[in-house]
Amino acid sequence: MTDQHAHKRQSIDWSIIVTYLMLVLIGWINIYASIHSADSTSIFDWSSRAGKQFVWILTSLGLAGAILFLLPSRMWESICIPFYILVLGLLVVVIFVSSDVKGSHSWFDLGPVRFQPAEISKISTSLLLAYVMSMQNFRLSKFKDLALAAAIIILPMLIIVAESETGSALVYLGFVFVLYREGFSGWWLGLFGLVVALFISTLTLGIYWSIVGLIAAMVIFYVLTGQMSHPWRTLLLGLGFVAFAALLPVALDKACALTEGHIDYLNHRIWVPQEGESAPYFWSFLFKVKPLYVVLALSLGALPYLLHKAYWNKDLTLAIVAGAFLLGVILSFSTDYIFDNVLQPHQQSRIEVLLGMKEDPAGVGYNVNQSKIAIGSGGLLGKGFLQGTQTTFGFVPEQTTDFIFCTVGEEWGFVGCLVVIALYVFLIARIILDAESCRGNFTRIYGYCVAACIFMHLFINVGMTVGLMPVIGIPLPLLSYGGSSLWAFTILIFIFLALYRNEKKYF
Amino acid sequence: MNDEGGRHIRLLIGLGVVALLLLGKIFSLQILNNSYKEDADRNATIYETIYPTRGVIYDRNGTILVGNKVAYDILVAPREVKAFDTLALATVLDVDPGFIKNRLEEYNKRRRTIGFQAVTMIRNLPAETYMRFDEVKYRFPGFRGQVRGIRDYPVNAGGNLLGYVSEVNQAYMDAHPGEYKSGDYAGMTGIEAAREKELRGEKGYHIYLRNSLNQIEQPYKDGEMDKEAVPGQNIVTTIDATLQQYGQELMQGKVGSLVAIEPATGEILALVSAPGIDVSMLADIGKHWNEISRDPYKPMYNRAVQASYPPGSVFKLVNGLIGLEEGVLRPEMMYPCNYGYHFGAGHKLGCHGHKSPLNMEESIMMSCNAYYCYVLKNILDNRKYASVADGMDAWHEYVESFGFGRKLGSDFPAELSGSIPTSKTYNRSYGKGRWNSTTVISLSIGQGEILATPMHLANLCATIANRGYYYIPHIIKASEGIEIEPRFYEKQYTMVDTLHFPKVVKGMWRAVNSGPGMGGTAWIAHVDSLDICGKTGTAQNPRGADNSVFICFAPMDNPKIAVACYVENGGFGATYAAPMASLMVEKYLKGNVKRTDLEKRMKEANLMSRVKHD
Repeated sequence: MTDQHAHKRQSIDWSIIVTYLMLVLIGWINIYASIHSADSTSIFDWSSRAGKQFVWILTSLGLAGAILFLLPSRMWESICIPFYILVLGLLVVVIFVSSDVKGSHSWFDLGPVRFQPAEISKISTSLLLAYVMSMQNFRLSKFKDLALAAAIIILPMLIIVAESETGSALVYLGFVFVLYREGFSGWWLGLFGLVVALFISTLTLGIYWSIVGLIAAMVIFYVLTGQMSHPWRTLLLGLGFVAFAALLPVALDKACALTEGHIDYLNHRIWVPQEGESAPYFWSFLFKVKPLYVVLALSLGALPYLLHKAYWNKDLTLAIVAGAFLLGVILSFSTDYIFDNVLQPHQQSRIEVLLGMKEDPAGVGYNVNQSKIAIGSGGLLGKGFLQGTQTTFGFVPEQTTDFIFCTVGEEWGFVGCLVVIALYVFLIARIILDAESCRGNFTRIYGYCVAACIFMHLFINVGMTVGLMPVIGIPLPLLSYGGSSLWAFTILIFIFLALYRNEKKYF
Repeated sequence: MNDEGGRHIRLLIGLGVVALLLLGKIFSLQILNNSYKEDADRNATIYETIYPTRGVIYDRNGTILVGNKVAYDILVAPREVKAFDTLALATVLDVDPGFIKNRLEEYNKRRRTIGFQAVTMIRNLPAETYMRFDEVKYRFPGFRGQVRGIRDYPVNAGGNLLGYVSEVNQAYMDAHPGEYKSGDYAGMTGIEAAREKELRGEKGYHIYLRNSLNQIEQPYKDGEMDKEAVPGQNIVTTIDATLQQYGQELMQGKVGSLVAIEPATGEILALVSAPGIDVSMLADIGKHWNEISRDPYKPMYNRAVQASYPPGSVFKLVNGLIGLEEGVLRPEMMYPCNYGYHFGAGHKLGCHGHKSPLNMEESIMMSCNAYYCYVLKNILDNRKYASVADGMDAWHEYVESFGFGRKLGSDFPAELSGSIPTSKTYNRSYGKGRWNSTTVISLSIGQGEILATPMHLANLCATIANRGYYYIPHIIKASEGIEIEPRFYEKQYTMVDTLHFPKVVKGMWRAVNSGPGMGGTAWIAHVDSLDICGKTGTAQNPRGADNSVFICFAPMDNPKIAVACYVENGGFGATYAAPMASLMVEKYLKGNVKRTDLEKRMKEANLMSRVKHD
């Protein structure tokens, strides 16, 4: 009996639980700091968000204990289908019964408590995905199986988009990593990444920089993976062209500034002679040069040559690179075209908001800028607990939820950020390694789902606060204020711990 | 399923790369880039400007000419505006709902430049409307009221003189680097402009900590670092509000100027330019700007110091004094006048009917043209000068010593110099040696190439009243905290010896006080016991009827006031200028006017239809 007990305890990965507790505690402290102001209350004041979060933490710990010690871990595999269907139902129902919260219809209002089924949906999707993919004859190489897995992921995603919670829906893209681990082709992953990156960069940075970036990526990819006699020469040549393309608009801008008029190539503003202006002279031909066409003409002109070379040398990588480039250019152009001509204005505005191009009618990029100011003002060691001015005085929007990382950055500085990110990396890596050590496919796949969810939230959320990602309003797992989110991640993580423990117990 | 390709390793590496990417960006924000720290400081504190009350402008007797009152504006911070009932707000503010909608749409277009600031939506609301808004403003987030000090004019005196205050524009800010910010007000013309530095005071500020919604959370360091505004200094002017107002009433319906100076000090008692700006327009000049700038009579134009006119016969006094100083004229010298001065073959400078021959005093009294033709001829053809050109330049120097042909140097902005010809003037138009004293003979009677402002004429009058010197006319009195430049206390002597002045004064006295039928040109200006001394002038106006000119001072001994009156197209000097100038004297010295019929006739006369403008 005692022996069995000791064995049981050993099989629980306590390092994950400790990391979890540390993150939750850091979150709680920073929520308190975010709402702290001159006439502040205690951290236990139940009416404040810090006090409420304490309640959420206690209940989460209760849930965690129940999942780990009370509920049979075998249960999850068996309930995953009805659970998934139930959550899908909730996701649909909430659209019709919910109150409007900042334009989204994703919250159930249950008196004092509000809860967001989209958070639970991550759990149900992960469970069902793990269940389906761990079945005996499941092969991702079979189209039918791949379509089934994709459907499981995309179905809740679409409903969540319909709830106008597009940010949450994006998290589901992280399941691609799970598919990749389970044998999904890396090429598809790369292509998928390329499409997403091009779409976003075309809308945010414009066609020109997207194509310059695309060329750079293709050159690096080719040099790293391709077979060639002079890799350094190819790299130099390729990057030289990228540098030329990057400097072209700047150089033109400077050259034009030397002449009478001024043209802003980056903003596509063209100099038009006004009445009374002197006649264009020698330099004025510069005004007509459009860098985009120069770069496109040069690179597309080189394309037949590259394809010819690929054919003769049987260089598949080069052919793929050339094809991907062509595809990328078409995609980039069609993005602009689709965006401008096919999408309705409200859809445009939604995408603009999503990408942070248009945060709200009054201030473009206000949130990100304020968030960067808050983090940037933290310095190496931060301003100290409760000493932050940016977060305390409410410059940063959603400071307890989506922008909680700003408080960390401002008050605890680079060291604080490093610690928090290191904790997440440890948590995710530990879950992946634990999952790898499992024999059961279900536990492993589920573990990857958990890791992917946490990773996507981390990357999108922190990326957003530091200006790497567009403004996509999703919480930082375990740190952000909110019961739904904390509960969901607690359940997500502790189901894995329970499955893992079960695994260790029986094998 | 086994992980053959080591995909979990790749994923872990990917995780590490993403983590490093995030940390790298954070490192660049926090360690490499310093600008965010500065932004953070600027973010948290807000400087609320405390505007000082502008100095009050008084007249010489302590009457307030320009005071301050409060105006109520409605400001809106477009970013803070939430959905609200447009109709309700429009009703409260008593404006058209479309107006609010239009303004908000306009602000939406300008949202990038406006940012988090508040912009003024409505200016100068009535107090009751403002109070009504104040009660319900909680229903309209983003809208707030602002109480602002604006100028108040208790008496309608000196619109042009006082000048106006308005919001500074970019050009003004560029011209005064570092002194003004957008939204500040500054005096643009008149006294408001001349004494802007004293009147404006010093701005103060309160520092608050604010949040991102521009809501003030608390005073920064409990107000320790705040700076209170220093009110502007009060200005005491030399103006007599009653006289100024009276002058404006007299000049109603006429184009011209009335200038009154206290000879013993050079202080300007009244400076009327007609048509002028009503003070009621000054407080809100922006609203009336179009109306003012479209007015063909150019009310902004201060004719008293900016209009250059031929002085007419008034200038005979100057020529007489120069003749006396040069020794070419003695008071007892008699010259004939046969309806004018005849020169050359059939040329004549005409004159009116009066006794002939006559001496100098009588020439002033009766304003004989021929007499001064002889005088000027004798000045210019004086043997002591090598040529008529040298004589001309000597004459010019004399005339300039009276302040003509140059800016007098008053403390009033935008004063013009007029012009007095020199030999060069005529060399240019006729050629060297191809002109003589008869060519320029009209200078003798203040016509031709002579141009002077009404202020010059008033100054001439004060010079004669002082028997030979003047103080630079000025409009600001020294008072507590306000100093005036020492030059205003210095006597400015002319090149004519003071001994000669009493002889001219006598003539001026006789022009007014000789009694009816005696030939004095200005009997109409006579007031019992005031001993007014004056000189009429009738200046040719190429555009229509002659200009009516008169200068006078009183009493003859120890004069208290010198007045110049110039009425465009007013006819003879005695028709309008003389009565009005004398009424000013009577008003100032006696306090009330007995000649009520004359006063009524003058006030009611309307010459506007005679005045031709461009």
